[in-house]
Amino acid sequence: MASIDAANASDRPSAAIHPLWVRVTHWINAIAMLVMIGSGWEIYNASPLFGFAFPKSITLGGWLAGALLWHFAAMWVLAINGLVYVLLGIVTGRFRRKLWPIRPRDVLADTKAALTFRLRHDDLTVYNSVQRLLYAGVLIAGVVIVLSGLALWKPIQLQELAAMFGGYEAARYVHFFAMAAIVGFLVVHVILAIVVPKSLRAIVTGR
Amino acid sequence: MARIRKPIPGVDPKLLIKDAARLLPDPTRRLFLRGGASLGALTFLTGCDIVDGASAEKVLRRISEFNDGAQAMLFNPNKLAPTYPESAITRPFPFNAYYPEDDAPEVDAADFKLEVGGLIDNKEPWTLERLYALPRESQITRHICVEGWSAVGSWQGVRLSEFLTRLGADTRAKYVWFQCAEGYSTTIDMPTALHPQTQLTFRFDNEILPRKYGFPMKCRMPTKLGFKNPKHVIGVHVTNKDLGGYWEDKGYNWFSGL
Ligand code: HEM
Repeated sequence: MASIDAANASDRPSAAIHPLWVRVTHWINAIAMLVMIGSGWEIYNASPLFGFAFPKSITLGGWLAGALLWHFAAMWVLAINGLVYVLLGIVTGRFRRKLWPIRPRDVLADTKAALTFRLRHDDLTVYNSVQRLLYAGVLIAGVVIVLSGLALWKPIQLQELAAMFGGYEAARYVHFFAMAAIVGFLVVHVILAIVVPKSLRAIVTGR
Repeated sequence: MARIRKPIPGVDPKLLIKDAARLLPDPTRRLFLRGGASLGALTFLTGCDIVDGASAEKVLRRISEFNDGAQAMLFNPNKLAPTYPESAITRPFPFNAYYPEDDAPEVDAADFKLEVGGLIDNKEPWTLERLYALPRESQITRHICVEGWSAVGSWQGVRLSEFLTRLGADTRAKYVWFQCAEGYSTTIDMPTALHPQTQLTFRFDNEILPRKYGFPMKCRMPTKLGFKNPKHVIGVHVTNKDLGGYWEDKGYNWFSGL
């Protein structure tokens, strides 16, 4: 696992900004997420929780059965890849190093700086407070969406988990709002990646 | 197959075979893999068009079969579905089918005979009178639809495992196949058939099962999605061959356990 060594060495300027395992799991996750979101919207449309449906043109699967096939296939990719990312994030110390600490005062200051285009991006190896908050937040949303999804898939075999979310019907809302949070993150995340193109290069090539 | 698919009054055998022969209805087949922006983004991200219809469908179906196995492993035969008080019953309980309510099959109670077959000792058909005399249990459980909605209902009938015992069924067989008055069908795994809450149901909310909910009988199993709970049941067969089902053959996951 040379990639883990790279993570440990990431303080050295010559080392990759994002070790290989981060880049690989990041892009596998991005693909799995898009499949889950697109098929999830089609599944939502079969029995909407709110007074709207997602336009057919942006859903995946064509009809309910097709969407379910996609959803229950991509869930394995999302969950296994997510597990690898979270485990490596913990054991390599990356989460602690990169996402911690998150201080409200810093978040406010960095948000203000970002909105006035004065936030510096010289050192891509250090996440600013807004990035830390967003990445930690989407990590939690990812855990919630997987757990609430498991509760919806197996509300009887995993009824203790379903009860944690307040039962089957409540878990549907939790699952939906976790999706909304991730989509909200994604919009901001992609805009920021485009605004700072060298960050995009770093998450692809590592440098 | 021929033994099991012998003509049953009121069922057009040609219709059954036609349904079984098709993997997907034509209009939906075309739509099956069509996605809009999300697929476009996927193609953009991966730099290749991985979703050329047929091969993607094959892979997805393979994974769906893998999911059948995973669900069979997750299924705990002793784990009971939560039950609810009467006050939790959803009223009116939703009607849902692939036909409008007015087209629900009408089964004549006087002529009705439940056909039983396959790996069983006693193949004599059952009249409603004999079925009604079987020991009766009641359950108030949540019915969960593949569409996502759910509703709490109250069902009364005989445990399927008790009924299978009376048939002298070989419970080492893999499946139980249900045939319905209008051509609907579904196959379930034996562990689910033997689950204590899997019930041959004759009453809904302590009234004779109304036509819209499956008169004269349905099979209620709270551990599976609604479409695996057949209504208007006219045949029960114990078999080692997976005979599929109406929605399963169209692409819905076979096990569909909860
Ligand atoms: C829903 C899908 C996505 C999620 C959940 C997600 C999540 C994340 C997370 C948690 C990180 C930090 C990784 C770490 O340091 O360990 C990250 C980094 C990054 N992601 Fe994504 N991502 C997604 C999709 C995308 C897409 C579609 C793009 C490209 C347009 C993208 C571009 C980037 C870039 C450029 C970075 C590095 C940014 C930096 O240095 O701050 N991501 N992403």
